[in-house]
Amino acid sequence: MTVIEKIQKICPEAQVSTSGDTIVTVPSDSLAAVAEALRNDDQEPMDYLRDIVGMDWSEGLGALYYLESSKTYGRVVLKTVARDRDEAWLPSVCHWWRTAEIKEREIYDFFGIRFIGNPDMRRIFLREDWKGYPLRKDYDMDSNPLNMENEENADDTVEYYLKPDGTVEGHRNILFDQKDFVVNIGPQHPSTHGVLRMRTSLDGETISRIDPILGYIHRGIEKMNESLTYPQTLALTDRLDYLSAHQNRHALCMCIEQAMGLEVSRRVQYIRTIMDELQRIDSHLLFYSCLVMDMGGLTPFFYGFREREMILDIFEETTGGRLIQNYNVIGGVQADIHPTFQQKVKEFIKHLRSVIQDYHNIFTGNVIATTRLKGVGILTREQAISLGATGGTGRAAGWANDVRKHHPYALYGEVDFKEVLYTEGDSFARYMVRMDEIMESCHIIEQLIDNIPEGETRLKTKPIIKLPEGNFSASVETSRGEFGVMLESHGDKTPYRLHYRSTGLPLVHAMDTACRGNKIADLIAIGGTMDFVIPDIDR
Amino acid sequence: MNNNSFLDYYNIQDLNTAIHEALLSVMPQWLAILLEGLAVGLLIIVLYAVLAIILIYMERKVCARFQCRIGPNRVGGKGGLLQVPADVLKILTKEIISLKGSDRFLYNLAPFLVILASIFTFSCLPWNKGAEILRMNIGIFFVLAASSIGVLGILLAGWSSNSKYTIIGAVRSGAMIISYELSIGLTVLTMVLLSGTMDIQNIVMSQDRMWNIFRGHLPAVAAFIVYLIAGNAEANRGPFDLAEAEQELTAGYHTEYSGMHFGFFYLAEYLNLFITSGIAVTLFLGGWMPLHFPGLDGFNAVMDYIPGVIWFVSKTFLVVFLLMWIRWTFPRLRIDQVLTLEWKYLMPLSLLILLIMTVCVVFGITL
Repeated sequence: MTVIEKIQKICPEAQVSTSGDTIVTVPSDSLAAVAEALRNDDQEPMDYLRDIVGMDWSEGLGALYYLESSKTYGRVVLKTVARDRDEAWLPSVCHWWRTAEIKEREIYDFFGIRFIGNPDMRRIFLREDWKGYPLRKDYDMDSNPLNMENEENADDTVEYYLKPDGTVEGHRNILFDQKDFVVNIGPQHPSTHGVLRMRTSLDGETISRIDPILGYIHRGIEKMNESLTYPQTLALTDRLDYLSAHQNRHALCMCIEQAMGLEVSRRVQYIRTIMDELQRIDSHLLFYSCLVMDMGGLTPFFYGFREREMILDIFEETTGGRLIQNYNVIGGVQADIHPTFQQKVKEFIKHLRSVIQDYHNIFTGNVIATTRLKGVGILTREQAISLGATGGTGRAAGWANDVRKHHPYALYGEVDFKEVLYTEGDSFARYMVRMDEIMESCHIIEQLIDNIPEGETRLKTKPIIKLPEGNFSASVETSRGEFGVMLESHGDKTPYRLHYRSTGLPLVHAMDTACRGNKIADLIAIGGTMDFVIPDIDR
Repeated sequence: MNNNSFLDYYNIQDLNTAIHEALLSVMPQWLAILLEGLAVGLLIIVLYAVLAIILIYMERKVCARFQCRIGPNRVGGKGGLLQVPADVLKILTKEIISLKGSDRFLYNLAPFLVILASIFTFSCLPWNKGAEILRMNIGIFFVLAASSIGVLGILLAGWSSNSKYTIIGAVRSGAMIISYELSIGLTVLTMVLLSGTMDIQNIVMSQDRMWNIFRGHLPAVAAFIVYLIAGNAEANRGPFDLAEAEQELTAGYHTEYSGMHFGFFYLAEYLNLFITSGIAVTLFLGGWMPLHFPGLDGFNAVMDYIPGVIWFVSKTFLVVFLLMWIRWTFPRLRIDQVLTLEWKYLMPLSLLILLIMTVCVVFGITL
């Protein structure tokens, strides 16, 4: 029995559309029943909620639920529309997937859909006194003039519930009470790796609650995308997770190419794969540096930067950019690789293999480092899946979630590499996953670097691209987890809606679970091993 | 009996006496003592500032070497020699801000308490024979007592700033320093036992034949290591710098300080490093005593011609380098681990060392 048949058994009125991705539309009344059945299925439990995408169709507000099974890696997309546009509400699915707790807040913030049963229905990115819901198509752009007043953060939140007569009412949930000692970690703080703010409630040095406050650098990229042509949207992806710039853009290019039916050449596939892996090494080296510095070891910090500099030089020669490379384009890459590219990459990998032991000597085996990382900030496999903590964080808990392995794209289906898995789920495992992945990435590059075939590096495309109607999505494994592009086209030259699955948002959400009961110093170390990047969360 | 005449080669006791008598011949005694006191006070402050500049420069260069960097190399020609003096001038011109909601009096008092404790202990260091500034028969005890004033300054600074980061930093620092003073006290006691005196100059004199670390062999080496760990913690330096853990608490207890008030904390931190090393040298490495090997008379005689002050300063800088090496290698400990290390391991260990040393001294099993 396929997933779609299962859904139709529970909810006979479910409709299937196959323009682009296969999407099953279920009425909002049956959403809870369908969600529960899919989540608790024996053969193929859809236990990983990849993302929820809020939508404003002209007929009403609604959401798309992208589900995946951690057992079979099968995927399904549910679509549901809220009944009333002005008083829109949907049932919350946070009982089955904890990551919905924060993603539903995002949809509430941008679309004004209230989720019944979500314990925390505050705005997440925008100010608490914001008027209107900006991602709705009828949002008045002048409704929120620049506000110079300080924002007061409420200490409580609202949970909505459905009364028997069908109306929605809210009751207060307390986040912090008068007795809590609440310390702001951020937004200007050396260890939050960007403008993230965590309201941290402390009992002595022990953390009793973390409430992340986001949106300090929110740029409204998803809203901007709705008025940009497809080639223009590419410019913004590098600005999301700047340490996965190349991979993010790869995902968007793949999504658009797939919608256009465009097949890129083998040469492009090779170059994209090599660049993705170089980017991953770059990011993981920075991860090492930052983690070590967060824990007070300032010397190893420079080790990581020394080697990262060499990657950036390689990037610069070929792409012209170091951090933001703008290299992938629809149909290929911006320019062919530099003549010395292959030789420099090989030299770099040889060099990295010879110095990586220094990294381990100064930090990995250090007694202080191991006692501070081992057994600290544990996320179990179930928690990681439920929280949607993909990437190294999930793999450290034993959740095999590598998109490269399970949904291969570019050349990942052809190269030999190991999916690094640990089972402890603690900070040390998260650290070791990244360190081992550096070596795996080197291994992948070595298989490809000498065999780059000749071919076109850039297919000619029209300057204005129109995609066929439908929903398209693509996902790649970025340096810190699964990055997804969810695109809805109505046949125009601009996307109707273009949503990015943030890799960092679930990780920030997981901080509360991982940190409770640990010390402030652990908060910093756990945050370091989670390895989130803020522009990717805020978008 | 040893030939101890070398002790008088560079003894400046006679010079002191001569100056005092010359002054007495032209002025009453109270004025002479007042003038001498002022001169010595000025000397301490100048020495303090100069040493701080040297230490900061050294730290920047040493840490740069560890981190594959060059360090300061622009200001003041080759090697950036004038970088730190330039920084000092800059910090002197900075505004000292006052905070809303802070306890003004205590907020302003705290940096002075810290620097006072530091100068008190600094004055006890034995630079050379006859070149001690404060000398009393319970000298080492006075050092321990005076250095404890510093923690009061840190606690006050953290509390009076009216900020959550500073209070956490101050409480961490308080818990840590008070704990590690136990180990310091016990290891110092071990050495007092070996030397048979609490007078700092006499402790140095007792090492004329052989340094304490050799004389006390195993227990002394163990005590030296414990002292270095605990001393590092006392000086609030990495891996024990959690009171000002910048990655967690921005700057810990001195987050809210600016200008020279911050400068005092900074100065005291570096001088405490020097003092910790200086006391370690005094107790374990013979203070200003030259290096002697029994039997090698020629070698010993050559060593004797090197002035004591050079011995003292170079040995101290060696220990300073050792502490910098540790700081720039290790990541930071967590507060509960810091306290576990002290109460579960170092303190029992230092008690054991004390016991072994007592047995050694009583039965004469020392070299």
